[in-house]
Amino acid sequence: MKTVSSSRPWQFIERFIPLLILTVYSVIALFPIVMILMNSFKAKKAIFGAPFAFPNAETFSLIGYQTVTDRANFQNYFLNSAIVTFVALLLTLLIGAMAAFALAEYDFPGNALMVLYLSIGIMIPIRLGTVGILRLMVSLKLVNTLTGLILIYVAQSLPLTIFILSQFMRQVPKDLKDAARIDGASEYRIFGMVLPLVRPALGAIGIFTMIPIWNDLWFPLIISPSSKTATVTLGVQQFLGQFVSDWNAVLASLTLAMIPILILYIIFSRQMIRSITAGAIK
Amino acid sequence: MQSSKRRSQIPVHVLVFLAPAVLLYTLFMVVPLINSLRLSFFEIVNQNQQSFAGLQNYIKLFTDSNFAPFFWRALRNNFIFFAVHMLVQNPIGLLLAALLAEGGRVRDFFRTIIFMPTVLSVVIIGFVWQLILNPLWGVAESMLKAVGLGAWFGPWLGKPETALVTVALISVWQFVGIPMILFYAALIGIPDELTEAARVDGATAWDTFWRVKFPLILPTVGIVGILTFVGNFNAFDLIYTMKGANAGPDFSTDIMGTFFYRTFFGQQLQLGNPTMGATVAAMMFLIILAGVLIYMFLWARRIQTYEM
Repeated sequence: MKTVSSSRPWQFIERFIPLLILTVYSVIALFPIVMILMNSFKAKKAIFGAPFAFPNAETFSLIGYQTVTDRANFQNYFLNSAIVTFVALLLTLLIGAMAAFALAEYDFPGNALMVLYLSIGIMIPIRLGTVGILRLMVSLKLVNTLTGLILIYVAQSLPLTIFILSQFMRQVPKDLKDAARIDGASEYRIFGMVLPLVRPALGAIGIFTMIPIWNDLWFPLIISPSSKTATVTLGVQQFLGQFVSDWNAVLASLTLAMIPILILYIIFSRQMIRSITAGAIK
Repeated sequence: MQSSKRRSQIPVHVLVFLAPAVLLYTLFMVVPLINSLRLSFFEIVNQNQQSFAGLQNYIKLFTDSNFAPFFWRALRNNFIFFAVHMLVQNPIGLLLAALLAEGGRVRDFFRTIIFMPTVLSVVIIGFVWQLILNPLWGVAESMLKAVGLGAWFGPWLGKPETALVTVALISVWQFVGIPMILFYAALIGIPDELTEAARVDGATAWDTFWRVKFPLILPTVGIVGILTFVGNFNAFDLIYTMKGANAGPDFSTDIMGTFFYRTFFGQQLQLGNPTMGATVAAMMFLIILAGVLIYMFLWARRIQTYEM
């Protein structure tokens, strides 16, 4: 039997090196974000003179935020993004859960085929149908509306939602549903009973559906580019294009766009990561 | 007897449950996708007149001097973009996941930090890095100087030779969290008994990883690979944000997504062309489909039998 190398320096290195690598990488991950946040609160001179310094009494300035609130319609962009994301999310979860329940619960002809049909959408990106989507939106008069965006995002999010939710629904004990059936509950009632039982999965899917919708640039750019319907991502992109040389305004608008997502992320990061790893631990 | 009767037709409540999802998915995803593919076989004669053109659009895409050089360059650039992700993003993701999977409170903190850029919008990330790399601000240069690499700095985003790889590395920086978290989930799912046995036999952590853990997470390696492939051949936002629709300098960062956008919507002097746009999208569809099929039939199947 070999002895495990247990000399002191070796043990030290084995413990220390991983933490060092993780620390270095965390700095790389965090550093650009911190630079933007920090400098957005400084006067222009300090941004260039001492980019690595925290803002202090002397260099503190909100001039960038002033420009942004004066010139850009950020409240409007935020409202648009919030409406689109929230409604699309709600519809995806409800409609997706219904379909997932049907596929998980009932053995009907064509079930397997339906699963396959819906699975195509997991791998093939919806963007490839953009030419067709734009034509459809024009004929439905949904160009430059939030409704158009919502419908696209629901269609885009459904396949993966249904796939994951039906796996979870299969795990709901059969006795529970059968007992309710004997008591005369309708199938709709049973669906209402199962839904709260898969709540953790709904939460996880919700977070992962939300992020790409909130961050999407492509469809707002193509389907609803008007300033009235622009989302935050598109609004920031256009604003930055106009104000490239105004560093205060650029830094402030980037900060404003980052903050809500960062706050949400910090609140939900535990659940988010737990939900991905849940399948593994089980 | 009753069950056989039930099977032969679909009960109403099943239809009610399925209908909204199937209708929305079909109407807003499947039909437009099929229409786009169909449109690639047509050409617009005048205004709203379409006529069947067979493979004319494809021939144009591969040979016409207005399209072919752009198409082949975008395709090549896209493979470079993908290669950078496979060679840099996924190995770093694996390394970080392996280190994080050792567990502990501090590591939960690192995990949260490292995943952070992934949740931010590509538009924000694009601008953030444009500022960081801007020689005018000099942040990147001072950082490199601090570690003695000052001479190495250059206007990477502005030079045709370095722009594509720079943009790809920024994308890697943002999305490394995805392979990391998938590898991490797979690694912590490995039962302790398996690694314990190797440790008792005196294997080093390095050996345990490559001989025991890595073979067990091969299915995840495949999933990460195909997700990277699909994501990269569908990429657009970052290049559009950092380099505009013309994917400059001198089209050096042009990938399929930006080429599709320009062909469809046009650019400064050139009018948009929906049917040629559809043709480019159809090519992207074929490339992605080929990748998915290769994954399903070559990788996933082999891994399955391997697991048995």
